[in-house]
Amino acid sequence: MDLTVDIGSLKLKNPVMTASGTFGYGEEYAEFVDLNMLGAVVVKGISLEPMQGNPSPRICETACGMLNAIGLQNVGLKRFLKDKLPYLKNLDTKIVVNILGKNIREYVRLSKSLDDAGVDAIELNVSCPNVKKGGIAFGTNKKILAKLITKVKQSVSNATVIVKLSPNVSNIPDFAKTAEDSGSDAISLINTIPGMAIDIETRRPKLANIIGGLSGPAIKPIALRMVWEASGAVKIPVIGVGGIVNADDAIEFMLAGATAIQVGTGNFPNPRATSDIIEGIQLYLKRKSIHDIKKVIGSINRLVL
Amino acid sequence: MGRYFEAKVTGNNPLNNKTCILTIEPLGPVTSPEPGQFYMIEVGGPYDPLLKRPFSYLKQTADSISFLYAVRGKGTSLMKTFMEGKIIKIIGPLGNGYPLPPENCAPLLIAGGTGIASIYSLAEKLPTKACVFYGAKCKNELFVMDDLKNIESESFICTDDGSCGEKGTTVEVLENYLIRTPKLETRNLIYACGPKPMLEAVSKIALEKGLKGYVSLEENMGCGFGACLGCAIKVRNKEQRAKGRKNKVAGAEFVYKRVCKEGPVFPIEDIIWET
Repeated sequence: MDLTVDIGSLKLKNPVMTASGTFGYGEEYAEFVDLNMLGAVVVKGISLEPMQGNPSPRICETACGMLNAIGLQNVGLKRFLKDKLPYLKNLDTKIVVNILGKNIREYVRLSKSLDDAGVDAIELNVSCPNVKKGGIAFGTNKKILAKLITKVKQSVSNATVIVKLSPNVSNIPDFAKTAEDSGSDAISLINTIPGMAIDIETRRPKLANIIGGLSGPAIKPIALRMVWEASGAVKIPVIGVGGIVNADDAIEFMLAGATAIQVGTGNFPNPRATSDIIEGIQLYLKRKSIHDIKKVIGSINRLVL
Repeated sequence: MGRYFEAKVTGNNPLNNKTCILTIEPLGPVTSPEPGQFYMIEVGGPYDPLLKRPFSYLKQTADSISFLYAVRGKGTSLMKTFMEGKIIKIIGPLGNGYPLPPENCAPLLIAGGTGIASIYSLAEKLPTKACVFYGAKCKNELFVMDDLKNIESESFICTDDGSCGEKGTTVEVLENYLIRTPKLETRNLIYACGPKPMLEAVSKIALEKGLKGYVSLEENMGCGFGACLGCAIKVRNKEQRAKGRKNKVAGAEFVYKRVCKEGPVFPIEDIIWET
């Protein structure tokens, strides 16, 4: 049974990756899951300087999901390279570092340093507001997105470049194509969807930040639809993320066109979600007498379409 | 079995119409908890409610762990329906519990409402008997009173409506005690668990009297084991203070600490209360 998948020149031993922001820097899950078994570990988004994050409350549960406004709290590039990366590099899995910046220059500096440090892939978080262009998120403006990806690709020699698309766009295929045309090796989607909740007793928003990102099973149909649309628009690998909590979910995304998937919020109630999903995928392949997972990618039954 | 394990519900006993004691037996060997630690308990799902719920433990025996919980919302309403024999998944023990007091110390244990659970777990383990201040809205909301009788030395029970013990709040009773205690020993250590306003008031009094101690906090939690950063709260930045504030870094007066990992127990002087 062959579970390997290719994200550009990056070969993963299986399609199961972790979603940035839900898996810390890996170590937090080591007691629950054998990290060496995973296709890839995608760590919390790193910025040049450390970020403190938002005041509490930062999260609240909603129907079949949760809202988060963590605020991008992270240790910053310097401490990541010194304190977190050595542990990760010792693992027998691919290391993907998610990065975020206030402007293109910051993304480029982060990419260069991480590429030099030998990480396997860099995932660009483009849902952050662009400071230079007056708060527009990189991921909602095709011109800015194209420029960002081009500059990052120019600065990187070895690492695979993945662009994590925002769901806040009216036309996913357009943005997927922009990423592909600008040289991105792969795209991952989706990031969280902005939402809010109000406490009717106190009459206050449940999050200190008022608005947060919705994740979990509630967003799966939207994420799946966007993965389906993006896969139809580009040839580069699409990594599916959004509400995947079990192997059935993972397989749905692969049938829709995802080459690999990321498990995020699903890790909170079940810290072993990633390994459970790998096992579940193996059982599915056995049941369907499929010997190579790559045969599942995009193999949604087209006779009825 | 590690810290993510299955357990069987062996008891779910109502104490009044809102509060119950849930008893579970892990299906295999597990790590023993320290007083003040908590567990993430599965209440439903797998889709909804999505997240596990955090509860400090009340008691542990050779094969069981018990929790005191009050029905507040969706998760706890579901917990109330747990029948004996039900198998649930649990993560724990989690967090840093109460640092045990040094030998010569006279601990003052302060509990409000269901905060009595983690305070009781501490009182049970102390080598010397402690002084317990325990308050609730009314007699109906005071719990584990018989167990308390077996372990504490002096106890000060109070209720808002005077239906049991003194009429007043835990904070008022504590304040009066401290005022009339002539030689307040600096070896008195405060341990407090209860509603946030109570903890804030207790901390204020403690700091005024030069007393040290610990509070156990709670916060909405995502994972409960330190990965998601959802439960992070502002805490005084000791390192920056130590450096003499040489670097004027924005926000250097505080750092964010995870209630599930660095907490839930924090030194009183570290908390930044934001009301």
